[in-house]
Amino acid sequence: MLDFTLPRYRVVRDEDLCIQCGVCERSCSNKVHKVEEDLGKVTAAHKSCVNCQRCVCMCPTGALHIENWPQVGNGSANWNLPALQDIAKQSQTGAVLLASMGNPKPYPIYWDHLLLNASQVTNPSIDPLREPMETRVILGRKPAKLVVNEREQKVITELPPQVKLKTPIMFSAMSFGSISLNAQKSLAMAARELGTCFNTGEGGLHRDLEQYGENAIVQVASGRFGVDPHYLNTAAMIEIKIGQGAKPGIGGHLPGEKINDEVSRTRMIPKGTDAISPAPHHDIYSIEDLRQLIFSLKEATCYTKPVAVKIAAVHNVAAIASGVASAGADVIVVDGFRGGTGAAPTRIRDNVGIPIELALAACDQRLRDESIRSQVSLVAAGSIRHSADVVRAIALGADACYIASSALIAMGCHQCQDCSSGKCNWGLATQDPNLTRRLNPEIAAERVVNMVNAWTHEIKEMMGGMGVNSVDSLRGNRLMLRGVGLTEKELEILGVKYAGE
Amino acid sequence: MRIMIPREGEVRIPSGCAISGIMDRSGARHDGSDILKSISLMHDRSNGLGGGFAAYGIYPDYKDFYAFHMLYESKEARTATEAFFDTRFECEKQEVIPTDDVKSIKHAPLIWRYFLKPDPVALLRSELDEDEYVMRCVFHINSNIPGAFVASSGKNMGAFKGVGYPEEIGEFYRITDYKAWLWTAHGRFPTNTPGWWGGAHPFTLLNWSVVHNGEISSYDANRRYVEQFGYHCELQTDTEVITYLFDLLVRRHGLQMETAAHIFTAPEWDEIDKMPPEQRKYETALRAVYSSALINGPFSILVGSDQGLLALNDRLKLRALMVGEKGSMVYLASEQAAIENICPDVENVRSIEGGVPFVVRLDEVASQQAPTENLLRVEHLPENLTGVMPRRDA
Amino acid sequence: MKRIYAIEKWCIDCKRCEVACKAFHSKSKDPVRAYKYEDNVPQPRIHVEGDLDLSVAINCRHCEKPLCVEGCISGALKKDPETGMVYCDQNLCVGCRTCVSMCPFGAVQVVEVNGITKAYKCDLCSDGTGEPGCPSCVAACPNGALVYVESEEGF
Repeated sequence: MLDFTLPRYRVVRDEDLCIQCGVCERSCSNKVHKVEEDLGKVTAAHKSCVNCQRCVCMCPTGALHIENWPQVGNGSANWNLPALQDIAKQSQTGAVLLASMGNPKPYPIYWDHLLLNASQVTNPSIDPLREPMETRVILGRKPAKLVVNEREQKVITELPPQVKLKTPIMFSAMSFGSISLNAQKSLAMAARELGTCFNTGEGGLHRDLEQYGENAIVQVASGRFGVDPHYLNTAAMIEIKIGQGAKPGIGGHLPGEKINDEVSRTRMIPKGTDAISPAPHHDIYSIEDLRQLIFSLKEATCYTKPVAVKIAAVHNVAAIASGVASAGADVIVVDGFRGGTGAAPTRIRDNVGIPIELALAACDQRLRDESIRSQVSLVAAGSIRHSADVVRAIALGADACYIASSALIAMGCHQCQDCSSGKCNWGLATQDPNLTRRLNPEIAAERVVNMVNAWTHEIKEMMGGMGVNSVDSLRGNRLMLRGVGLTEKELEILGVKYAGE
Repeated sequence: MRIMIPREGEVRIPSGCAISGIMDRSGARHDGSDILKSISLMHDRSNGLGGGFAAYGIYPDYKDFYAFHMLYESKEARTATEAFFDTRFECEKQEVIPTDDVKSIKHAPLIWRYFLKPDPVALLRSELDEDEYVMRCVFHINSNIPGAFVASSGKNMGAFKGVGYPEEIGEFYRITDYKAWLWTAHGRFPTNTPGWWGGAHPFTLLNWSVVHNGEISSYDANRRYVEQFGYHCELQTDTEVITYLFDLLVRRHGLQMETAAHIFTAPEWDEIDKMPPEQRKYETALRAVYSSALINGPFSILVGSDQGLLALNDRLKLRALMVGEKGSMVYLASEQAAIENICPDVENVRSIEGGVPFVVRLDEVASQQAPTENLLRVEHLPENLTGVMPRRDA
Repeated sequence: MKRIYAIEKWCIDCKRCEVACKAFHSKSKDPVRAYKYEDNVPQPRIHVEGDLDLSVAINCRHCEKPLCVEGCISGALKKDPETGMVYCDQNLCVGCRTCVSMCPFGAVQVVEVNGITKAYKCDLCSDGTGEPGCPSCVAACPNGALVYVESEEGF
């Protein structure tokens, strides 16, 4: 069959700078570069390039960059080149298109339409270098009111289990299997250093990472991989994954060839068998079933761990979140449609779900309308790109944010969206030992720690500018936000005023 | 034609202010001349766009009735409000609040007072306690009856407020004719000109009255927290939301005023981490559960109630507030001079510390054994939703 | 003394260390010039052995009792008594290759450059005085497979 597909990228090598050292060749798992000693030059197989930019970063002389493949379409905005290429691929394979990472389509990014406030004259801004600036967040179910002995300063109400975070940023679920053990270990080390949590995803907790249990959120997903009482009791918090922002409504499939010895042991499934996560939990077909699972997990851990429920941001997300709260979830995680994934059908990733900004605002408001917002914690996920996004999410109503893509990027990910190939040149989304070795957790953890510390500093600066010295006073404080370029309806859902109002 | 500048409730208006308070612990009542003199001294801290007074103990003959001070912008508003009262309350007495002509006070609304008791049948049907019932009626009037505003609704107390300098407002309401054991006063410096009497301070609800100087930056976090529990922040003012926070924590959750104030200005986590375990557990629980009640940004408030007076500064101490004492008298004001000009030999003058509530109770209240636990009025949640291990029989 | 250690667990066979070494020891200290334009081609003093599956960088251990120094017939190889660094005085080297046969690690190479045969070995990126510098191979390693740390071995 004649191949209709085109390369996506073109590798451009500055011959004046290339020293033919072969670093690029040895860095590329897609075998793009080749040192042709007989020709005295290095050649490139452009079609194999996924634009991960590993070679660009590794080249000692900066001789490389990647361009788009110069082939033009016919000028149609409708039948553009990517649309033609998708059909070419499917006509050759008969397969569902697979993609990775978050939705890349040009849907509105509401974060970029929300501006932050600062104090002027009537109210002083606070200098975080001079005054304490508190970013601590406590996640978990809170009683509606507290019974205390005020004279003796004792709490009478028994407080349910809580998770303490030094900064309102956690690492969201990425399973061992979808990412390498070194990548997960890097996040675990970073979480411990930062006083926050990483999330095991649904792939179980590798025995080497049990030492990070106090900073681990263990996930219970539809495949129930790696779940046993020891797993649950090792963690700081348990998360039931109902859905994922990148692929709401569908499950997952880790092919048998990726189930090596370590993945097999950690997932508690035979080596070489496919790890299939069904679309729904087969014991959850309604909200009352979810309640049973929540309380099964609470029983299994003697009510010592908060139980979170993660849902994808879909059309009716506010009502679902409210139901999840009344089913007994202590923490509700809402994952927006720009959230990442190791692998998802392209059509699902690009077309299903709603933006986290709207979903978060709607959920927070609905929980308030039901008078239960203060009793549960709300975590926002799905493409938090920087500290200002964190501040916006908290001002819209989140207690904390989950980041995953940002953390991967800190470790080296360049968002090439080729995770599902298993050939990640950065040693992140792969199980190939020659590639996973490229990610030294000591270095990767340091990068992640640096990034989160930098964000936390920035959050403190922004809070100080607003005249608040605790993240508690930012949470749900939507007056700190103003919209630009938004419609009345969007402002109404976000619960913010227009800039200038 | 009236220039359409939005007023409180339509927009959030930051303002600076002067506040003053005088209390006699013994419960002996004094007329309004001292408070008038005190607040007048701080003339420059207001700009003539709002002033007011709250007074406790002024209606001893009607002390069991809810005293509603009403501001009406039209006769229709009055008619509608009185029709509403007829369905919800038994009215013991209603009258115009006597006022004097003051040249600079213009556009005064119709100002009436009513001494009311909830209609027993309506109260029973509502399944609410008396205070809650009255509170909801106040919210109903303020939200749903155009041109009607409840200036105060407590027992044996009242608020006298309007647009003008506080000394003019005091003269207008003839506050020297009233005798109270607790007076608070407010002079306002809003950043624009709403010119609305309802927007003046003190803000009151039931027996609470709050005067405040500052601008809280946690406003919307606090507002959206209390609005979960049936409060409507109609005016979008700090004073209003602080009043509701006090009402929620003290009246509904049964906490002491000091504890509520402590929650608003919670100790920093760094301090909490250094406390002995039991205290740390207590402070952690308070901060975790009432995190959205933390008040941030500059404020100094005087909170009046039937129990006494509470003064509180933000935890960074970004606003001035002074206290002085003489015998059974306690004086508080934004400026020390405003205390000394009414009590030249005042003793023990000091600044209120940031985040440390200063509380004065009536002697008769203080002598009663204060409950140590807020066990009263605990709302019951289904036990399996508390998130703690259910008790099981062996 | 501080020594360079190679950790094969993290070595990814990229050989950036070799490029950095060669560049540092060139006249221009620039990799493009070193590789493409300089006549007196400098040699990398670090070599990555192995392949993608298993690799490790080999360079001088600056031994406590260096056999290369012991065997050197011209006194070119020396151990600095102050810093402990083992280095080669190129002016004295006669290119006899005794050091190559003595070194148990294969860390010394004798190569012909422009018709002159000399021994080349790691000098810790010094300026030729015996005072160690900042090893450029360590700085170039992207994965922490080369570390420059105070060693517990003998001086």
